[in-house]
Amino acid sequence: MENAFGQPQNVVVLGGSSDIARAITKKLCAARANTVVLAGRSQDLLDAAAAEAHEYGATRTDTVIFDAMVPLDAGRAVGECFDKVGDKVDLVIVAVGLLGDQRAYEDDPELATRMAMVNFTWPVAALAEIRRRLVAQGSGRILVITSVAAIRVRRGAYLYSGAKAGLDRLCDGLADSLDGTGVTLQILRPAFVRSKMTTGEKETPFSTGVNEVAENVMKGLAGTERVIWSPPLVKYVFAVLRHLPAPIWRKVADR
Amino acid sequence: MTRTTLYGWGRTTPSVAAVVSPSSETEVASELASSKELIARGLGRSYGDAAQLSGGTVLDNRDLDGIGAIDADGVVCVGAGTSIDELLTLSIPQGWFVPVTPGTRQVTVGGAVAADVHGKNHHVDGSFANHILEMRLITPVGAVTVSPTRDPELFWATVGGMGLTGVVSTVTMRMLRIETDQVLVDTERFSELDGVMSAMSSGDAAYRYSVAWVDCMTRGAHMGRAVLTRGDHAARGDVDAPSLRGPKAPRLFVPFNAPSGLLNPLTVKAFNEVWYRSSPRRQSGEAKSLSTFFHPLDGVRDWNRLYGRRGFVQYQFCVPDSAGDTVVGAIDRLSSSGVASFLAVLKRFGPANQGLLSFPMPGWTLALDLPVGNPALPQVLDDLDEKVLEAGGRIYFAKDARLSPDKVRAMYPQLDAFLAVKNRVDPEHRLASDLAHRLQLTGK
Repeated sequence: MENAFGQPQNVVVLGGSSDIARAITKKLCAARANTVVLAGRSQDLLDAAAAEAHEYGATRTDTVIFDAMVPLDAGRAVGECFDKVGDKVDLVIVAVGLLGDQRAYEDDPELATRMAMVNFTWPVAALAEIRRRLVAQGSGRILVITSVAAIRVRRGAYLYSGAKAGLDRLCDGLADSLDGTGVTLQILRPAFVRSKMTTGEKETPFSTGVNEVAENVMKGLAGTERVIWSPPLVKYVFAVLRHLPAPIWRKVADR
Repeated sequence: MTRTTLYGWGRTTPSVAAVVSPSSETEVASELASSKELIARGLGRSYGDAAQLSGGTVLDNRDLDGIGAIDADGVVCVGAGTSIDELLTLSIPQGWFVPVTPGTRQVTVGGAVAADVHGKNHHVDGSFANHILEMRLITPVGAVTVSPTRDPELFWATVGGMGLTGVVSTVTMRMLRIETDQVLVDTERFSELDGVMSAMSSGDAAYRYSVAWVDCMTRGAHMGRAVLTRGDHAARGDVDAPSLRGPKAPRLFVPFNAPSGLLNPLTVKAFNEVWYRSSPRRQSGEAKSLSTFFHPLDGVRDWNRLYGRRGFVQYQFCVPDSAGDTVVGAIDRLSSSGVASFLAVLKRFGPANQGLLSFPMPGWTLALDLPVGNPALPQVLDDLDEKVLEAGGRIYFAKDARLSPDKVRAMYPQLDAFLAVKNRVDPEHRLASDLAHRLQLTGK
């Protein structure tokens, strides 16, 4: 069970080998997490993340393989994660995403579909199964990683940001649907994060490292705010940016 | 049967359960037989997650009530769902007081058994279980009567067992004879912690009741300044107009959740200052009503809402006599961490009973209310756990909402004996709570 400070003991991480997910998992393990099930597409990367979780205090880890291009398999993957925890799941982190090279994808229907699948369709399918299981359990928390880009989609990465925007909006409604079930959902909206997903990308203002994101997540989990912003200041920045006229926004976003 | 969100008194970690309200042993037994997991709940005064069970059945025991006649020796049989408030309302006019009361009357007798509660008289009278003659317990393998001589193993696993051995339906206990509804109180103010601790070590034996309220926010020379109140029931000749009136209903209440930041270091410091300054330096033999002395916070209904939406945790530990410096260290750590903490309660414990998971042990106990929100708090308390463990002490389950399961076995050396008894009466592990899952007390 999660404790009074929002520190979970049993954790499932979908996209468990991503840099942000690993940084969060480390902090969770250093606090209370003892059983951690990591799911992702590469066994080697998951094993490395699991070893790291152990190092930071997890006593039991396991891994599950899935392919985010196959949304109809998401239910199976989530189910396997829950079964491997073998007890009540306190926190499920949805950290599945693909940034990719927009220029190479934007005129290719197949690659555009791929972006929508990984960033939107697979997570949505997984959330349906997560919701079903946690509501039956009567407790638990979901953390979905979207992006500040979901608040105002930028032309340089509209496939990624647009899919994240869809996921972000959907999660807002999903969180409301959980009222009274004992389950809560929080949305993490980070600004640019230096990680392997963003290697080679131009850094934007308010960029952070993964550990700073993880630190903000720990603070967010201790509270009840639906959206966790990282860094917290971007909440106010995007409150302005979202209302900029398009010509000005294009200039700002391209910088 | 309705699905309801349940909290502890600290209003952290809500969870949803099916709540049912049985009014007979048969109904309890049938719920036990048909539920996957079940825990009994009384008035919800456990601070953490002891009386909730996500996805399971929570049995509201309030209809398992009723108070029998109090006989000439003070022996009375009460339903487990009866509150101490209801019991006192009936018993004080007849000249009887509960032998042990926690800081609130708003707990059920069943809850008092489950947590084996203690009061200001632990150093003299022990905890709640010490005054129980026998009780009815409905376990998954059948209903039984247990007492210190009848299946003593199960009796001592049940008191302090946090409801994990079965559902208590009735308790037969011995009450305390009183002549008036007044307490004669000696009050003393101390400008630092050492003074109050040595006064308690040397002088508590002369009083039935003793408790010190400690200021955990002042640093430096006055760290741990305190007000010590000690007393005993007034005899008829001690007061001018002896009376025997039951407790009054609260006049004040908190209508809604205060903003989460209301109790911050500044406001709490100011409160502690006013409280300290307004206490007398030394006063003896002042007559106070039972409610004022024993249950001051019961005067304000729903006071936990003052801590706002995020809620609060209560941290209560006990350490042996030899580890008085752990108490000093804890207050030092808290006062220097900037965590807002209202007055802490410091008490001495007398001999422990045989309860396998019963909290008290001879020595000191300190309890503090701490608002959730300060990011340093989780680590501060984890560090204090280590100190308490090193000193051979433990944390009180009825207050806990954040202990780590790997520390429980060392703090409660009789845990395996407890789990053996639990598995005997609950072989299918049906009795569980969120606390039991968190601290791995389910026996699985």
